[in-house]
Amino acid sequence: MIQKGRFEAVKTSGLATAIFFVASASALAQGPTYRFGTTPSAEEIKARDTAVSPLGRELPPGRGGVKEGADVYATKCASCHGPNGTGTMLHRGLVPLGNAKPLKMEGSLVPYATTLWDFINRAMPWFTPGTMPPDEVYAVTAYVLFINDVIKETEVLDAATLPRVRMPNRDSFVGVELDWKPGQRRPLGHYPTRALTP
Amino acid sequence: MGSHHSDRRRFLTDAALASMAVGTVGSAAAQTPAPTPATPAARLKETLAYGQPSRFETTGRKALGAGSPINDTALTTPLQDLDGIITPSGLHFLMDHVNGIPDIDPKQHKLLVHGFVARPLTFTLDELKRFPSVSKVYFLECNANSRPLRGPNGDSVQLVHGRTSCSEWTGVLLSTLLKEVGPRDDAKWIVAEGGESNKYTMSMPLAKAMDDILVAYAQNGEPVRPHNGYPLRLVVPGWEAIRSVKWLTRIAVVDTPAMSWHEAGNNADTAPGGRALGFRFELGPKSVITRPSGGQRLPGRGFYEITGLAWTGGGLVRRVDVSVDGGKTYREAQLQEPVLPMAHTRFRFAWEWTGEEAILQSRCTDEKGEVQPTIAEAAQVLGVTPDYFMQADHFNGIQPWKVNRDGSIQNALF
Repeated sequence: MIQKGRFEAVKTSGLATAIFFVASASALAQGPTYRFGTTPSAEEIKARDTAVSPLGRELPPGRGGVKEGADVYATKCASCHGPNGTGTMLHRGLVPLGNAKPLKMEGSLVPYATTLWDFINRAMPWFTPGTMPPDEVYAVTAYVLFINDVIKETEVLDAATLPRVRMPNRDSFVGVELDWKPGQRRPLGHYPTRALTP
Repeated sequence: MGSHHSDRRRFLTDAALASMAVGTVGSAAAQTPAPTPATPAARLKETLAYGQPSRFETTGRKALGAGSPINDTALTTPLQDLDGIITPSGLHFLMDHVNGIPDIDPKQHKLLVHGFVARPLTFTLDELKRFPSVSKVYFLECNANSRPLRGPNGDSVQLVHGRTSCSEWTGVLLSTLLKEVGPRDDAKWIVAEGGESNKYTMSMPLAKAMDDILVAYAQNGEPVRPHNGYPLRLVVPGWEAIRSVKWLTRIAVVDTPAMSWHEAGNNADTAPGGRALGFRFELGPKSVITRPSGGQRLPGRGFYEITGLAWTGGGLVRRVDVSVDGGKTYREAQLQEPVLPMAHTRFRFAWEWTGEEAILQSRCTDEKGEVQPTIAEAAQVLGVTPDYFMQADHFNGIQPWKVNRDGSIQNALF
């Protein structure tokens, strides 16, 4: 009854991109009712569709390695995050997950490397977000993954290699309600609650 | 960066936020009244165009925590000073994950709905308002609300529980828009994106989107306030408010969740067994006594009406019980109409204070039959110690307030 989808569950069809532009017959059959709105151009959609999901199919061309990433980090990140990733909100190394204080760490509490790339791309640097070209985002992602002991110093990240990076604690993540249905009860044991009598 | 930066939206200054955040912990009377305008005519001009509270009223939002340029800003609702169930828009809580509040021209604002759909569309605000609309009273509660706090931050109901607010929201059901674009059979999720500088994103199951998610343009009868998402936001009823994307610009219909930082990394709780819990949506049954509450003082023995708020993501509040002896005995409180699903519900309870020590607390039961736990019960279910909840999300434990013999009231959770 209680669905406990692991984050792994999102690794679905690689055909998704291929079928992206092929609308299903049933959806077409159900026409619009009000006919408000404007059809956006493919360019407008592409320009605005920047969120990167675990499959990485939205990743742009570009590449970057740990060494270039260290330079980008020193220039654009160290003023807040400290030298070598030792400062606020960015921590070095892996911390085992447990029941102590949750530690929001890139190496420990991020299930996919794409999550990191996406957040750096959209939200960093904090005061001028979205200003780094893809090469720099790939590079600084590689650097952060390197100082968190996730990848080797020689590795280079791009649209093909980034989604293949396996975050150390991915299997420890539980997507509690990935299979949510209307009306279902909150799964016991995943929320602070009072034990329900059967 | 110049060309990249020039097309970004302007942002309100941090100084504006800081000025809203003044105030000290403790009773509502801590602030001084605003200076009186020089002449009666000037006073009229200042207050009539958009009516303001009396200058003798000093309530306001208060900032939680020290804050820093790169930490989230939290402004809390003064629950102890409010009546009924509607939170005035200017007192709605604010938990901001961005560097400033977008200053969006509604005439330039367009919502893009695209992805696994038959017909991608963009909608202007005027077009959205042409759709059939609904008005619904829903609470929004931050998933981090009610974390047990020690020290000065734990003194008042405002700072501990003030990250919940309740409004009448008006807008278009997201299902109405999705039917216009025609989701494909393989569509399973939506990813909603906001217009902040960092383009905040959140994923929700398509089933919820087709159920009751609202694309809201109005709050309590007027346009949504800037800090609440002007000109357009999602309202995701009953779910952690981190899902209700503000300054909504885009909805992608997709097959998998985005696993964005705010939903997969930053918003996951560690749990026993070395696990991290993500994608917990629905808020549990909760209630809190707002008067009398921490930091207040009873002027003397005699009659008091204990009052507070109850709410649940599970739908309707079925009952609220109140204890004046720290949970040894409970009696049912009176629920004030209206009682609405996924809205704050006001409760009242008659009490005669004898002048002895008392511990006041409330317990909510919702229509799904789930009962608000004590902190000990919640810890037992999760297999953790009570201190765990100081850093965890979705805590809905019972809040005890201790009334001392001198009438002073303090947080008695720990």
